[in-house]
Amino acid sequence: MAVQRIYGTETEYGIIHRGVKNPNPIGASSFLINAYLSKSHEPGRGPSAPRVGWDFIDETPDLDIRGFAPIGSLPPEIEPNLVNSVLVNGSRYYVDHAHPELSTPECLDPLSLLKWDRAGDEILIRSMVAANESLPPGEELIVYKNNSDGKGNSYGCHENYLLSRETPFGRIVQHATTHFVSRQIFTGAGKVGSEVPGEERSSIPFQLTQRADFFEEEVGLETTLKRPIINTRDEPHADPLKYRRLHVIVGDANLCEVATFLKVGTTGVVMAMIEDDFLDNKLKIADPVFALRQVSRDLSMSEPILLEGGKTASALSLQWEIFERGQKYLNEFGFENVGGENVKKVMDYWERVLTALESDPEKLFGLLDWATKKKLIDSYKSRHNLHSGDYKLAALDLQYHDLRPDMSLFSRIEAEKILSAEEVNSAVENPPRGTRAYFRGKCLEKWPEKIVVANWDSIVFETGSQNLQRVPMNDPFKGSFEHVDELINTCETVIELIERVSEPS
Amino acid sequence: MAEKEQKKQKKLEKNQEETVSSEIDSTRSSELSAELDGLLDEIDEVLETNAEEFVKNYVQKGGE
Repeated sequence: MAVQRIYGTETEYGIIHRGVKNPNPIGASSFLINAYLSKSHEPGRGPSAPRVGWDFIDETPDLDIRGFAPIGSLPPEIEPNLVNSVLVNGSRYYVDHAHPELSTPECLDPLSLLKWDRAGDEILIRSMVAANESLPPGEELIVYKNNSDGKGNSYGCHENYLLSRETPFGRIVQHATTHFVSRQIFTGAGKVGSEVPGEERSSIPFQLTQRADFFEEEVGLETTLKRPIINTRDEPHADPLKYRRLHVIVGDANLCEVATFLKVGTTGVVMAMIEDDFLDNKLKIADPVFALRQVSRDLSMSEPILLEGGKTASALSLQWEIFERGQKYLNEFGFENVGGENVKKVMDYWERVLTALESDPEKLFGLLDWATKKKLIDSYKSRHNLHSGDYKLAALDLQYHDLRPDMSLFSRIEAEKILSAEEVNSAVENPPRGTRAYFRGKCLEKWPEKIVVANWDSIVFETGSQNLQRVPMNDPFKGSFEHVDELINTCETVIELIERVSEPS
Repeated sequence: MAEKEQKKQKKLEKNQEETVSSEIDSTRSSELSAELDGLLDEIDEVLETNAEEFVKNYVQKGGE
């Protein structure tokens, strides 16, 4: 039986520091985030407001969902000394490795996720403006929402889906893999060149995704080396007896709203079908690592992918099959577990996009990133009569993802909008209402100086007594607007708040 | 019989809808090419002036 879904994304942005001799991306990322925290004049922020840091107590990135980790595999490391903050919209904003990273708050449906993912981009834009105001003349920080530097270095845009612990892991691996390989035809952000070691960069003038070149395994715990299509990090940030979280590392970061909405929305539908065992067991890709690259490089989307048992299917036909199953599933089971009525919009876009991919992908200019970028690159190339290895085309690829409003090529196109600017701005300042993110964000807004640290699972309050008080938030569905808004509004102090949340309900 | 007629009618309506939507598509594509010309002018203006240097200097550390 499918559980109600929680959706989230974590995006690592590319960053460069211009005008200095030896740029240090870790320092630049810290500067960027601190600039945002200092410049915002919202409650709980601003120049003199206390910074609320991240609490690492509930982080266990080395736990493997399979209950074991192969010898020699390297779990990701936690870096507790770098800037790591919690925002009033419920997000986490921090330095990860050498990148600024923003994790959205927990969302109940794909449309909310899109809203807070877009709010994340807006926060990065505001951070850049704030940072560049305080840098010496001639220096500049620039942030890119992409996943590769074109030289073999990749950084991720991870998705998270809460699943029932009861769902057999083998079933998740089979069906999620088929979806991840084939969904690249609409999730890809497009890339000029190949980054596979040993392969000539210019041998691939254009491919659908940024990330396919970097995946070497089918299943595993790692995220930085030998990247797996299915990541096994077992950290549900919820009751581990009831839930698991599928941590998806295989996707691209998207700028087109339609692409983000589809990436997360279709995957949510697939997760529900996996839980209710609704998918066709014959759809099993024989060699997923090979197929991932094959699909990324097949601009016709029609090359046969070998399935187990010897049959073949194209990426497009696999997506049609999953889409049609999804329609049947939602007719039978309803929309409740996938996030409600807004998933109808996911289904509409899914059908529209697959239809256009089949007939004329150029129609998807402004809807899908790869199709938009390809159109720009092809037209620019023919206008200036460039050969496919010209640096101008690689520059155009990078600058598509530049987040500076005056330099971003993406922001110059008329992309199809699902959200209004007001909705995005509101999500910068406010947490989603349906999950514990509401409690986190609103407590932070009201009592910033009384919160010592916070994370997904708890908040630690300073109450003036000898001991700090940890309020656990194990259940991601509790702490919503409905549960706590009146409570937060009517409590004057955190002592009162803690007393009232401790009362047996 | 009546049901069959109804289906036929529905199919007809669907076809009409499709014609309308393909008209929209062709308007969209001619708008797109005009829009694209303007866009390419803009790209000429804002594209990093030394493309080679920009691309070569864009180096990131691996993340995740």
